[in-house]
Amino acid sequence: MPTVDLAKTSLRELNHALHQLKNGSNETAWEVINPKGSHAVAAGVDVPVAVDVRGSVGYYCGGMNDGGVITVHGSVGPGVGENMMSGTIVVKGDASQYAGATGQGGLLVVEGNASSRCGISMKGIDIVVHGNIGHMSAFMAQSGTLVVLGDAGDALGDSIYEAKLFVRGKVKSLGADCVKKKMHPKHIERLQKLLDAAGVKGVKPEEFTRYGSARTLYNFNIDNADAY
Amino acid sequence: MTYKNPSTTPRKSATFDDYTMSEIRRAAATGIYDIRGSGAKRKLPHFDDLLFLGASISRYPLEGYRERCDTSVVLGTRHARKPIELKIPITIAGMSFGSLSGPAKEALGRGATIAGTSTTTGDGGMTEEERGHSKTLVYQYLPSRYGMNPRDLRRADAIEIVVGQGAKPGGGGMLLGQKISDRVANMRNLPKGIDQRSACRHPDWTGPDDLEIKILEVREITDWEKPIYVKIGGARPYYDTALAVKSGADVVVLDGMQGGTAATQEVFIEHVGQPTLACIRPAVQALQDLGMHRKVQLIVSGGIRNGADVAKALALGADAVSIGTAALVALGDNDPRWEAEYNALGTTAGAYDDWHEGKDPAGITTQDPKLMKRVDPMAAGRRLANYLKVMTLETQTIARACGKNDVHNLEPEDLVALTLEAAAMAQVPLAGTNWIPGKGGF
Repeated sequence: MPTVDLAKTSLRELNHALHQLKNGSNETAWEVINPKGSHAVAAGVDVPVAVDVRGSVGYYCGGMNDGGVITVHGSVGPGVGENMMSGTIVVKGDASQYAGATGQGGLLVVEGNASSRCGISMKGIDIVVHGNIGHMSAFMAQSGTLVVLGDAGDALGDSIYEAKLFVRGKVKSLGADCVKKKMHPKHIERLQKLLDAAGVKGVKPEEFTRYGSARTLYNFNIDNADAY
Repeated sequence: MTYKNPSTTPRKSATFDDYTMSEIRRAAATGIYDIRGSGAKRKLPHFDDLLFLGASISRYPLEGYRERCDTSVVLGTRHARKPIELKIPITIAGMSFGSLSGPAKEALGRGATIAGTSTTTGDGGMTEEERGHSKTLVYQYLPSRYGMNPRDLRRADAIEIVVGQGAKPGGGGMLLGQKISDRVANMRNLPKGIDQRSACRHPDWTGPDDLEIKILEVREITDWEKPIYVKIGGARPYYDTALAVKSGADVVVLDGMQGGTAATQEVFIEHVGQPTLACIRPAVQALQDLGMHRKVQLIVSGGIRNGADVAKALALGADAVSIGTAALVALGDNDPRWEAEYNALGTTAGAYDDWHEGKDPAGITTQDPKLMKRVDPMAAGRRLANYLKVMTLETQTIARACGKNDVHNLEPEDLVALTLEAAAMAQVPLAGTNWIPGKGGF
């Protein structure tokens, strides 16, 4: 298992080495030590390689990840897994703002809490947060699923499109055009799969409430102007 | 015979003119603000208000058809491992697939490639048509991130992080339901037929310190190969340019208020932002103050129409210019041959700007399969290439007349202004004087 010590090796060397990997490479498990808040750690990984980061990182860890399985044994700064295409990112600690922003696929798991704007503009990614999420989460969320085991802050799902939101705890307030929706069997099934994938034990899908778009703002109507 | 008292000629208000009154009636009837394409239409101080002095006893000219006058430009020399070299200092501005038809995007790529320059994607991702037909393609990184993916990022030749746009600094994209076809909806991951309003600011960074880290991330993902541009609208050009440089940009793209848009509110287009002419000198000053002029390249856009405009922008300190509206006109936008159809839409050739409605008779700003067939990508691409070559020849003509063997050697000292406003904005003397407003002289 290659180990990269960011106290001795530059970020550029780490990411360059990860980008050089081809599908079928024998070096399928990497360890990064001493990240000390570095930004863009393991950004742009595009093969199914496992990267274990021992410590906390700065902005955009695993940015645009496309197939990698990245585990951060610490907390992450803003924009973890931004625009992820596929693969998995697991954060053992907490996540700062914009976790999973614009993500198009893959699974992001935050075992602690996530901050504001979690899942902003998400486009297909699945996000599971074991703790709470902050305000303006899932803003303009287009598709994908956001699962929150704890509480959600203000203006959840503001201007949401077709993303599905499941919250187990309290929602401080819903944003424009976001409404509570009925749980159907297909939602229970989908949620169970995501809880399993995220390693959540002892929690039932039935404990969650589903939220999504009322679709009243999809086409402009002047009488809805006060919704903004 | 009865005597009639003389009456005064009916007099319309300069304040409440015909256009203003029609807009009040339209707003009252429809309950929605006016949305349209293109840039500011009001009269603004512009390049026409500047003149070149030409050669004289103290400056000697170059032979027009014999002595070489270089036009090439290299962009991205600051940090990128693979800067791009263009044969001409005129690029094609970002315009989206979605707002433009597939054949129009292909024509832009073909024309730019023949002329030796770059074209740019837009708010909607990269299409195979434009990648395939553009030798040098700049990939826009926009707040919406529609269709954004690392594969396209890596197969682009440069990346343009869009912070703002001259037509609407502080505004996001807008694509109304009529133009959200299956293909457009699929690329943007949105339901078909909805009114799509793109975000006005990036979802995962705010401010220059974050932007610096965002640029670092994009460089890391692309292994520091690609030039990274930062595009700003003409809002606060001195500070925005300085902050773009501070954030690590290789190239600053500065778009004044005459720069076009696919669709936004008329009130935004006409009342927010500064004219292109007013933006260039503050941006150049910022680069000079930081010791980065010519190291970070400056591309200016917004109302560039001919070689004289190109030469004037370069003389004021730009490294290149970018065209959008003019390129569409070269493809066939607003062509009088479709006058009857423009009339049927309640407008006339030259004034058509309801690009968001998707009914463009010229087949350019539409997703209607029948209309878009009117654009022959080969022929339209050739027209664009011809136009770009004419603009380049015109630029060289002026540069040679001023005694320059490279169009980038044009300088503010080659210029005078016809109006006080232009003299103040361009910081060149009023014609016939050595007076630069705000800088003394007589």
